[in-house]
Amino acid sequence: MIFSISWRNIWRNKVRSLVVISAIALGIFAGVFSAAFFKGMADQRINKVINTELSYIQVHDQGFRQTSDFTLFIPDANELTDRIRQIPHVTGVSSRMVVQSMIASAETASGVLITGVDPVNEMKVTNLNTKIIDGAYFENISKNPVVIGRKLAEKLNVKVRSKIVITIQDLQNNITSGAFRVAGIYSTENNMYDESHIFVRFSDLSTLSGFPENGSHEIAVNIDDSENLPAVEQQIKESAPEYEVMNWKELSPEMNYLTEAMDLYMYIFIIIILLALLFGIINTMLMVVMERTKELGMLMAIGMNKVRIFFMIVLESVMLSLVGGVAGIIIGAITSKIGETHPIDLSLWAEGYRQLGYDAFVYTSLQPELLVNITLLVMFTGVIAALYPAYKALKNDPADALRTE
Amino acid sequence: MKVIEIKNLVKIYNGSEIEVKAVNGIDLNFEEGEFAAIVGPSGSGKTTFLNMLGGLDRPTSGEVNIGGINIWGLSSRKLIDFRMNNIGFVFQAYNLIPVLTAGENIELIMHLQGRPKKEREERTKELLDAVGLIDRLKSRPNKLSGGQQQRVAVARALASKPKFILADEPTANLDSKSTTGLLDIMAEMNRKYNTTFIFATHDKRVMDKAKRIVTIDDGKVVEDKWQ
Repeated sequence: MIFSISWRNIWRNKVRSLVVISAIALGIFAGVFSAAFFKGMADQRINKVINTELSYIQVHDQGFRQTSDFTLFIPDANELTDRIRQIPHVTGVSSRMVVQSMIASAETASGVLITGVDPVNEMKVTNLNTKIIDGAYFENISKNPVVIGRKLAEKLNVKVRSKIVITIQDLQNNITSGAFRVAGIYSTENNMYDESHIFVRFSDLSTLSGFPENGSHEIAVNIDDSENLPAVEQQIKESAPEYEVMNWKELSPEMNYLTEAMDLYMYIFIIIILLALLFGIINTMLMVVMERTKELGMLMAIGMNKVRIFFMIVLESVMLSLVGGVAGIIIGAITSKIGETHPIDLSLWAEGYRQLGYDAFVYTSLQPELLVNITLLVMFTGVIAALYPAYKALKNDPADALRTE
Repeated sequence: MKVIEIKNLVKIYNGSEIEVKAVNGIDLNFEEGEFAAIVGPSGSGKTTFLNMLGGLDRPTSGEVNIGGINIWGLSSRKLIDFRMNNIGFVFQAYNLIPVLTAGENIELIMHLQGRPKKEREERTKELLDAVGLIDRLKSRPNKLSGGQQQRVAVARALASKPKFILADEPTANLDSKSTTGLLDIMAEMNRKYNTTFIFATHDKRVMDKAKRIVTIDDGKVVEDKWQ
């Protein structure tokens, strides 16, 4: 019966209640949608890092990552890649040679990181082949093809079939150069990456540098589902205990921090919204209590104790908050769901987003647990908002309250 | 059988400059089944006296013993429970809960007492029938006339099966016909359930109906007569 009284009390002053409910709904909608937007943005960035730049797991010789020392490589790479391919959930393995170098066109030169790959194996690990915007992925150029980023192509002023010269230090520490021809130009929508990473065939680079055919600086591994990452990583570690095995979170800790920080920011944002709404709800509940002084006095007179009065006021505040909160969550969830298939177009600011490595088209990503947590936070806000008004109500003496007009 | 025993009841209000003795040493007893009216001019202390009797206003000194218990010796929590189980209230302005139907207003106090739903529903219907409003079971107070609202309030006061009912100016807002109807119903309830009714009033029609008239002036009982 107390539930029924509290619920009906909300609708005693419909206009006032609807104003508060609308404010809560709008605030929560903004919170839910913003959270889904930023989560989607972060997820896209992380997916891009995994699928285009890093892969899920990488294996290196001890010390290579810290020093980039050309001589620190895995000598028996073919055997190891074969063993890794046998591990369940592994969908692709690519053995790479990685070397810092200078690249020069007829006009200018630039420092880049060259990755020597087997094009067929690399396609199973990263999606660079789908990012080609001009030319082809290691095709149509028979000798020394190279795939370079859009930003670097602009910087060197080269196009498909242009000749460039790559200069590296070989295994004997001699400086050696080779002429390559641009087979394809890619764009990952990450300007920094596109400007500093080029790809050549492993065999061409090993010929130029004298690097052993069975050697590898980096073995990149792709898996079928991120949930299987710990198990696959563990098996690779057991299979190659002498090498450094790292997952994408360790390889790119900033991406991991990005996910954690984004979660934290989302909650801070929602709590700020709820704090602002809190004062509106307190104000409404104070008006409710003041208006009903006589009625509360009567209830106390006929035997409703303070606990029940307190419960009734808290319940009314929680119900008021929940009606608005649930409405906001539903609207936020629906719009976020639509945003999962219909991206939000930020192409007006595309260049800025590319500089930071983000896509200009953002697909929202809605987390169900976030909705549950927001519902709990809204309920908590309702309880907090009711405390002071309830305290004011309980301070009333029934005889004095009954005397009020 | 003695239901209420009042001993030297005093209530002093301390104003900013002046001390007002609203009730000044009242000694009174009320028996089971009485139909009594406390009368007196405005400001004579009737309502203050009734509030102290009902456990709503703490006296400055003195005792109110109900069924042998000094109610002002109880903790505030026990006093609320005591009021709920032993005292019924009828207010001048009806004070029904607007969001509840007539039936629910009556049922509420039984719900607070923790009585089973079936018992609550049966008693609600019985009481509404007794006050002639069984057809308004599901009507909200704003759909009832003043007289009908006050009859629901009487039914609500009786719902908890109290030892006595305190009615503060119950007919003040009613027209002549409604007043007569209400008084007849309360007299009938008094006979039927043997519940004690104590009114604070200056309505002649209530005084005519009462069996005992206690006159208060300046916070003191100046006359106590049976008629």
